[in-house]
Amino acid sequence: MAFTWNWQIFLQQNGGGQTYLGWLMSAWGWTMAVALCSLVVALLVGSLMGILRTTPSKTLVLLGNAWTELFRNIPLLVQVFLWYHVIPSLFVSLRAVPSFVLVVFALGFFTSSRISEQLKAGIQSLPQGQRQAGLAMGLTLPQTYRYVLLPMAFRVVIPPLTSEAMNIIKNSSVAFAVSIAELTMFAMQAQEETSRGIEIYLAVTALYFVSALAVNRVALFIEGLVQVPGMIGASK
Amino acid sequence: MRTHSLKMTCLLAFLMPAAMAQTPTTLEKVKGSGTITVAYRDSSIPFSYLDDKAQPVGFGWEICGIIVDEVKKATGQPNLKVQTQAVTSANRIPLLMNGTIDIECGSTTNNSERQKQVAFATNYFYTGTRFLVKAGTAVNSIDDLKGKTVVSTTGTTNYKIIRNLNEEKKLGIDLIGAKDHADSALLVQTGRAVAFGMDDILLYGLKASAANPGEFAVVGEAIQVEPYAIMLRKDDPAFKKLVDDTLAGLMKSGDFEKLYKKWFMSPIPPKGINLNAPMSKDLVDNLKKLSDKPAT
Repeated sequence: MAFTWNWQIFLQQNGGGQTYLGWLMSAWGWTMAVALCSLVVALLVGSLMGILRTTPSKTLVLLGNAWTELFRNIPLLVQVFLWYHVIPSLFVSLRAVPSFVLVVFALGFFTSSRISEQLKAGIQSLPQGQRQAGLAMGLTLPQTYRYVLLPMAFRVVIPPLTSEAMNIIKNSSVAFAVSIAELTMFAMQAQEETSRGIEIYLAVTALYFVSALAVNRVALFIEGLVQVPGMIGASK
Repeated sequence: MRTHSLKMTCLLAFLMPAAMAQTPTTLEKVKGSGTITVAYRDSSIPFSYLDDKAQPVGFGWEICGIIVDEVKKATGQPNLKVQTQAVTSANRIPLLMNGTIDIECGSTTNNSERQKQVAFATNYFYTGTRFLVKAGTAVNSIDDLKGKTVVSTTGTTNYKIIRNLNEEKKLGIDLIGAKDHADSALLVQTGRAVAFGMDDILLYGLKASAANPGEFAVVGEAIQVEPYAIMLRKDDPAFKKLVDDTLAGLMKSGDFEKLYKKWFMSPIPPKGINLNAPMSKDLVDNLKKLSDKPAT
């Protein structure tokens, strides 16, 4: 009674009008949709908060710090739960918001706190003289950021941002908690229906791996593309 | 002890095929070792679960106790040692097959797929997929949920049943999967889903343990009724006969109904909730038929 593989399981109809393979692909689509949308939110908000934390204004620093600490110190699953169950019961108008949007913001904000921390470190890693030189040349503070600090800082933080982008794909499995039919949900349900847990979980694992690796390769490509000779953050 | 047996479980699960070949019959094994191992579930209310003193109790547990008494008589060992072993829905079948447990009286569905691996005694409960809704929602059958949002728990057959019926009847139900039963119930409570489709007995349990049981109702005609039965090792007719005869005795004498009332229609430990789940028609019929027919 040795274990026998049964990969044909993926070609079987699940009784709901599609094959298990079709369902797996749709689940992958949901996972990627959640992950990529959250990544956009995380990059935008995280960058903004990271920048605020390096400005001379105490108020803006406080705002950036508060944001970062708030979203960094609450477990991700708890945050998702808060967004999905607690906040809509306090603000009735939020009940109409689809769970997809809620989880994108929950995951995006959680990751934004980490990106904010990384970008702050990236900006602070630049010599003080760069900011001073920019300002001395008559650039306004936003211009100094736009043309002097951020082009360097972003290049410096590409490696940790790559990790975050890969993390967000794996973390997108929390969308399962708000009833999105993504890969983790597929794995749990399909293995129960087919009793072929090993094949199902291997396929799901492979898809997570491939997705995260693809993000990694894209980030590496970008890193090479924007490389400035002689600067840190470049690999080749 | 428990970690030890857990490790053994993992190990034995791999060695299972080898162990299976030379398993003696249950009565021989019990006689030889002087012990019988009874499996319990930690939260299959009211079939088999742990009470506030962490002791297994329940409808199935009590019936298992009666069966053990019969085993004591049959083996002529009144001082037979009774060991208990926690099982989960994932490991109960491997543990039974490899001999770690000898009998399981829980909430295990008797279906033909499982009958390839294990045997089942006379069916002692019937459950079907019904719906938990907010009290006052008019749902007589799944057709009344046309176009609505319905939740079921991920990793259950109920999810599949509803999805397939939805496709078959083209009801346009938006079926979502929650991560556990409590979550599913919460989705109904917060109005994100109109109904939660699940085994009715679980729904009665969830309703009874809710903060305000009157808020919910269990409605709809049962879809795809499935029997629960005591699980035994396959190809062991002597032990199956002993268990079946014990059950038949209970069912004929009316003691089975008394036990049913005690666990399903009266307050039960640990919180004193009352499931208020009357005997289904299928079960009433089976008290006469004594069938062990599996669900397909």
